[in-house]
Amino acid sequence: MNVNPRLYPLLATIGIFVVAYLVCWIQFPYMLSTRVAGNLLTDNAYLGIVAVGMTVVILSGGIDLSVGSVIAFSGVFIAVLLRDTPLHPLIVFGLLLLVTTAFGAAMGWIIHVLAMPAFIVTLAGMFLARGASYMLTISSVPIQHPFYDLLKDAYWLMPGGGRFTLIGVVMLISVAGGAIVAHRTRFGTGVFALGGGEQTARLMGVRVGPTTMGIYAFSGFMAGLSGIVFSIYTGSGYPLATVGTELTAIAAVVIGGTLLTGGAGYVLGTLFGVLTMGLIQTYIVFDGTLSSWWTKIVIGVLLLLFILLQKGLVRATAIRA
Amino acid sequence: MKRAFLRVLPQLLTLAALIALVTLFFPQFLSVDYQAGRLSGPVIDVLKRGAPVALLAVGMTLVIATRGIDLSVGTVMAITGAVAAWTISAGWGVGAAIILALAAGIACGVWNGCLVAIFGIQPIVATLILMTSGRGIAQLITEGRILTFTDPAFAWLGSGTLLGIPVPTILWIVAAIATVVLMRRTALGLLVEAIGINRAASALAGVNASVLLIAVYMASGLCAALAGIIATADIRGADANNAGLWLELDAILAVVIGGNSLLGGRFSVAASVLGAMIIQTIDTGILLAGFPSEYNLVIKAALVLVILVLQSPNLADHWHFVRENVRRRREPEPSPDVKS
Repeated sequence: MNVNPRLYPLLATIGIFVVAYLVCWIQFPYMLSTRVAGNLLTDNAYLGIVAVGMTVVILSGGIDLSVGSVIAFSGVFIAVLLRDTPLHPLIVFGLLLLVTTAFGAAMGWIIHVLAMPAFIVTLAGMFLARGASYMLTISSVPIQHPFYDLLKDAYWLMPGGGRFTLIGVVMLISVAGGAIVAHRTRFGTGVFALGGGEQTARLMGVRVGPTTMGIYAFSGFMAGLSGIVFSIYTGSGYPLATVGTELTAIAAVVIGGTLLTGGAGYVLGTLFGVLTMGLIQTYIVFDGTLSSWWTKIVIGVLLLLFILLQKGLVRATAIRA
Repeated sequence: MKRAFLRVLPQLLTLAALIALVTLFFPQFLSVDYQAGRLSGPVIDVLKRGAPVALLAVGMTLVIATRGIDLSVGTVMAITGAVAAWTISAGWGVGAAIILALAAGIACGVWNGCLVAIFGIQPIVATLILMTSGRGIAQLITEGRILTFTDPAFAWLGSGTLLGIPVPTILWIVAAIATVVLMRRTALGLLVEAIGINRAASALAGVNASVLLIAVYMASGLCAALAGIIATADIRGADANNAGLWLELDAILAVVIGGNSLLGGRFSVAASVLGAMIIQTIDTGILLAGFPSEYNLVIKAALVLVILVLQSPNLADHWHFVRENVRRRREPEPSPDVKS
């Protein structure tokens, strides 16, 4: 059997997830129930969605530090608009996605036009989005709307009592959508080409400017969507929420087997990266004696493992070539 | 000397403009009192509260000059603070606490440096590992609690004064001067810049790039350890969750405000610490002037954007063109035989 070496990181990610789940299952048989699986999807829905956007950005060799702030901004934006105006939530969602997508596109435009590192441009974006949410409100605003209650209670009761919630479905659809965009469209090919090197991408005929704008606009859209999901999940908007989510998302993408230098990776891997991180947390909750800080340490070790694995792979393929 | 002055002139002008602006809203900003053997006043407060970011910015400048970045410094602050507090609670004394904390910072730097220099991992990712796991390590040391201690000698490092000046202020100024002397009175600064411009070429030219890279990350860890000691001594306790939280971003911002390029190469430590003071002046100024602190982040974002426009390689040609135009208008037409 001849497996494409590009698939190794993805297979390793899935393998680690399966093995980890098996270990958990042997220790706590109840881990393998639809309740735990449903909660795993629901609790990590917002992270999964934002990580899909981050995957596309990282595939292009960039980075987007603004997403955590954009999620917080989204929650506050929705909560304040629903409190102060009679607009229907769906209209507010549309407005919000428009704002966050335009925000992402603007960052992409600045990165392209000024030829500055994405790191510092999106850092400014992070400050701006966080500052904007502070300016809307500095307190936690509850969301009270009949439509929101409807969204919160939308789930399919799986056999075994697990809840397959709407926001879990939204995450799976986002992953599928992200995979199609990244792997099956002309835009996606441009993203991979940019990740391989801007110069070569330009020579290939990729329109670098519009593609860069599109990449960050996509990430902004996903961050907005994630913000909507997060507001459904928490039922409120809080400007201090999701601080540092961008780094968790980057970690999930790396554990998902995407090369941080860009140009290689799979959106599907990111889903497993997110689920692996969620699994560690679930395990610690089940165990009850381990302290929460072990989550951070284990995630750090996993990060190191995957980066070294990728380094080894890159070296191995370079020798063979 | 004149060139060094010209290099930090934009930062000095920005700082002066900010101070003027704050003074406009809060006239007592520049007043300094001398009471009970210590100086006090808003300016002294800025110099003291800006100490952690200024210290981090010193180390970060060197790392960024090698085209790297160190995301872990805030976490290293938490780790070293936890180490110091643990040592003191264990009754080993102040000296041991300081030495162990500094050693922990250097160890973190060696770890980052090895990942970058030997394994060839991108600096952002290499330091991200310690950034995510480091808070867990710090919590492991403090066992999830906020370790408090009562040790006047150690607390002096955070809230004491020497000749009326707050100790943290003295520490960051000494650290900055020592770094400048070390970098500019020897060839070290030049070698660091060479690595940032082109690591392969500098290695071919005989620069021991790997060792220097590790040393640079060690310096960053050491600065973070100092900042961690100050932060811990100031609150007389180690808070693994919040010590130095997001200060790495402020430190990077300070370096960028200092006009250092994230693409490596030429650097100025003096400009970076001025950048840190600019950030602190904004923070303190907004509070003193009575503005809601919500505006703080938006102002920072606008500041970064302005700096980005000024630094952009794509716009460099435009700036050059504008400057040439101004110069030409001022000077008489050059004679035809002189190449323009």
